[in-house]
Amino acid sequence: MACIEAKGLRKAFKNTVALDGVDLSVERGRILGLIGPNGAGKSTALNAILGLIPYEGELSVLGRNPWTSRNELMQDVCFIADVAVLPRWMKVSQALDYVAGVHPRFDRAKAEAFLARTQIQRASKVRELSKGMVTQLHLALVMAIDARLLVLDEPTLGLDILYRKQFYDSLLNDYFDHTRTILVTTHQVEEVQNILTDLMFIDRGRIVLFCSMEAFEERYTELTVHPDKLTAARAWNPIYERQGFGRTVLLYDRADREALAALGEIRTPSIADLFVAVIGNDTQKGKLAA
Amino acid sequence: MSIEADAGAASASREMASTGAPHGRTYLWSLKRELWENRSIWIAPLAAAGFILLGFAISLIRTPHTLKVMGKLTPEKLAGIRFAPFGISAAGLIVTVVVVGIFYCLGTLYNERRDRSILFWKSMPVSDLTTLLAKITIPLVVLPIIAFLTICATQAVMFGLDLVVLASRGSAFAQLWSTVPLLHLWELMLYLVVTLTIWHAPIYAYFLVLSAWVRKGTFLWAVVPPIALSLFEKLAFDTSYVSGAIHDRFFGSLEAAFRGDWGHKNGFHLPDPTPAHFIATPGLWVGLVLAVALFALAVWLRRRREPM
Repeated sequence: MACIEAKGLRKAFKNTVALDGVDLSVERGRILGLIGPNGAGKSTALNAILGLIPYEGELSVLGRNPWTSRNELMQDVCFIADVAVLPRWMKVSQALDYVAGVHPRFDRAKAEAFLARTQIQRASKVRELSKGMVTQLHLALVMAIDARLLVLDEPTLGLDILYRKQFYDSLLNDYFDHTRTILVTTHQVEEVQNILTDLMFIDRGRIVLFCSMEAFEERYTELTVHPDKLTAARAWNPIYERQGFGRTVLLYDRADREALAALGEIRTPSIADLFVAVIGNDTQKGKLAA
Repeated sequence: MSIEADAGAASASREMASTGAPHGRTYLWSLKRELWENRSIWIAPLAAAGFILLGFAISLIRTPHTLKVMGKLTPEKLAGIRFAPFGISAAGLIVTVVVVGIFYCLGTLYNERRDRSILFWKSMPVSDLTTLLAKITIPLVVLPIIAFLTICATQAVMFGLDLVVLASRGSAFAQLWSTVPLLHLWELMLYLVVTLTIWHAPIYAYFLVLSAWVRKGTFLWAVVPPIALSLFEKLAFDTSYVSGAIHDRFFGSLEAAFRGDWGHKNGFHLPDPTPAHFIATPGLWVGLVLAVALFALAVWLRRRREPM
């Protein structure tokens, strides 16, 4: 059964259409990365899925309507929306007490065990912790909740590289167990490339690309072309071309890998490069059209 | 406590039936966390009580001087003077608690949007109704209880200090008790606090709405429109219905719930409670209906609010 199912999901604000008829189906046990430029509609999509905003169209999360059944849904769904939303006055011990008090699926021992591996003191207030520590605390709380769906909206924004790495390692090793579903948005795409099972590009309220990582690896090829074979390489209809270290790098969708291998070095592109190719091209076209 | 608490409890139990989740538990934890966050709820009344007692102690040090003057007064006037600090302490504590309650309501839903912690609260399985019920419990139940207890404690200490001073002058416990019948006074205080709180319910609900709705400057939104409306009405129609209604909403319960005055104009006596008259006062019911409607609006607004 699908974890998230949307049909014609639409959300318009006063002056903008944030989501413009999104169809999507996310199976259970997937880690889906939602990638898009600022203002593409990522957060709006997440807010709709979390029942934080009303929307038009059909949307079902774990078999429930998130807007009308939000209270029930929140037993099974957890989210870290943005960094540093933990109340600053709260003590670490109070945060543990509170979540243990209100959440029937919270395993306090698990959260304590996770916190024991950090420098966080029980008596500290959130305002006294560094940004990285606040994220660790939030992650400790969230990972100890036996939720079916975890939504992460820019969970590592503004953290240094050690905390970011640790965050995703913990998520993958201590939390993810193939029955849960994780939905993550981030600008640091290179860091999630290896943990995602599915990838979605969203731009101006529409889904531009939605595929599994296996399909992504099969479909897209990046070719660092030998200078003298550039013309031949271009004949294969690259979707994007860029210059790097004096060499031309071409990106192909569903190209013949063996043929390309003869023209230079081939490899699987990074999500970031594909993102630039797909969204960047599109944005330029949009600008030209306008 | 009041109508909307009952209405809230009814819909809360409906919710419980539909989900089987422990709503009583989430409510109590929500209440607890309000007390963690807003320590002024008990610090302010305690500080006020300390302040009042300090003032009273200083007045007692001056007593030998005042007693000379008092000797020339009629027993009734003397009783009035002796009772006055007890009345003043109660008034001071009640005003403190009402101000704390108003500022609490005005801040609570605004601050959680400003510091974005609303996103954390909303990530927990606690409904907006439960959250708002916990929040309005502060001014409608917690603060009145604190007010009553601090009034009792303050007056008990004052009574004890009075007794020490009088005993040194050879006066007896009975004499002071006849002037300040502490137990009867506390009964009146309890009745006063309860009637005043019920009367104020729409004020708190209104400030919760402002707190959930306003994007900037909650205090200005709370203060400017009523003043502007009153002035406009005075200018345009030379009437004072708006300011009269506001005044009535703050002080009307004293008139509706008591007969007689709290002062000592015509000799000293305590006012008599008139609960039947209070219950029959239309202002009470208009206020409660308003409170329920505003409370529902606050819940509705919080459901749709996002961080700023």
